[in-house]
Amino acid sequence: MWLRINNAWIAISIGCLLPLFGLLLDIATDNLGSNPIQAIHIRLGDWSLRFLCLTLAITPIQTMTKWRGMADYRQMLGLYAFFYATLHVLGYLFVDHAGEWGVIGIDIIESSYIWFGVIAYVIVLSLAITSPKSAKKRLGKNWKKLHRLIYYAAGAAVIHYFWQLKGNLFQPLFYLTIVVFLLGFRILVWLKNRQLAKLMLPKGRPISLEEND
Amino acid sequence: RWPEPTDSTDSGGLGPTTPAELVKNYTNYYEFSFNKEDSTELAQRLPTANWTIEIGGEVEKPGHYQLEDILSRQTLREYVYRFRCVEAWSMVVPWVGFPLAELIKWVKPLSGAKFVKFTSVYDPGSMPKQRIDAMLNWPYVEALRIDEAVHPLTILAAGMYGDVLPKQNGAALRLVVPWKYGFKSIKAIVKIELLQRAPMTTWHEFAPSEYGFYANVNPSVPHPRWSQFSERQLGSGFFTPRRQTELYNGYGEQVASLYSDMDLRHFY
Repeated sequence: MWLRINNAWIAISIGCLLPLFGLLLDIATDNLGSNPIQAIHIRLGDWSLRFLCLTLAITPIQTMTKWRGMADYRQMLGLYAFFYATLHVLGYLFVDHAGEWGVIGIDIIESSYIWFGVIAYVIVLSLAITSPKSAKKRLGKNWKKLHRLIYYAAGAAVIHYFWQLKGNLFQPLFYLTIVVFLLGFRILVWLKNRQLAKLMLPKGRPISLEEND
Repeated sequence: RWPEPTDSTDSGGLGPTTPAELVKNYTNYYEFSFNKEDSTELAQRLPTANWTIEIGGEVEKPGHYQLEDILSRQTLREYVYRFRCVEAWSMVVPWVGFPLAELIKWVKPLSGAKFVKFTSVYDPGSMPKQRIDAMLNWPYVEALRIDEAVHPLTILAAGMYGDVLPKQNGAALRLVVPWKYGFKSIKAIVKIELLQRAPMTTWHEFAPSEYGFYANVNPSVPHPRWSQFSERQLGSGFFTPRRQTELYNGYGEQVASLYSDMDLRHFY
């Protein structure tokens, strides 16, 4: 059993790193077109958003398939979203702007699309920091509340994507559809639970529904 | 008939010219694709032989002119200009062309001519995004004030890098206005009209608060969603700082007087 899980862990880890290897290969073979810096930037941002969507997809898939094993990988996928987002940010700061902080400061202040990227990254960063089991224990109930911010991160990331385009919205709309779908699924589950809870209420007694997920 | 290319390391203080391969594979040509790489191949379907340009409006000599006839009357020269896109990237391109002023002079403008309107080719047969009526109002339209149009820096280009203009870069004939964002430099021109009033232009119509009529390169007036303070130069390596964008793309000495009384923040 453990062996099987370990194999899956290794396979999934390698799978998650494939986009990075692909990118490094394209850099090495000069296969990134006329504006390679921008191409790297888009590629890393894309993968960060994809891993964010995959992370959010685990719960719905688990609910639908009743296959519990997948939750184990949710943390790892989330950390890969953080990993690619970090490369994306580092690329912006050091590959594109070569660490020129004055220019970077003006760029961030004047570019509203970057603000959404900053919001998304700050959230993903705080989720990554509080990802270890010890942090989960220490935060108790607040941990779940904090980690629900992942929806805001996904939303901000999608806005960050389409807010910098001149108007070709196909790709960001694709991600938006996925995020809305994933969020919609949870809202449906929440509404269903709420109704079930209501049915189970003893008549005439007030009860708080706050704790329902 | 094409002028010899100048030494590519010396382009009048602009730095080295951008390698032609980069310029040929990085074009915003939304009639074909929203992807800069895809338009390279897709644009090859556009028929550009026997190109005709209609000239009309406030001129004494309106008519349909063969591009060959127009070019045979002009002295083609090489113009090495920095080209700055509104998306905050730039390149240095040796265009081959002639001043638009020469053509305007030749068709004899009437006193009422205050603006020049340019219309791109409408060819849904070869242009996929026109076929599905995507995004912008086709055909693409741009315009200049008459004093901008006859400014000696404003050229019509039929070539680049000492050769005929590649289709993806705007063959058969395109406008190049080096102190304005690239979207003003309309490609594949089929009609030039001199008008009394400013016409509606394509990007301004699509998003009036984001793309103004003037579209002069200006690092201190950001686009509503992104900064215009710096630009990525095509061909520059990793970890190379971005170039700081200059007012009027560095052509201020020649063109600032055109806008001396204007609030550039208002007339963006």
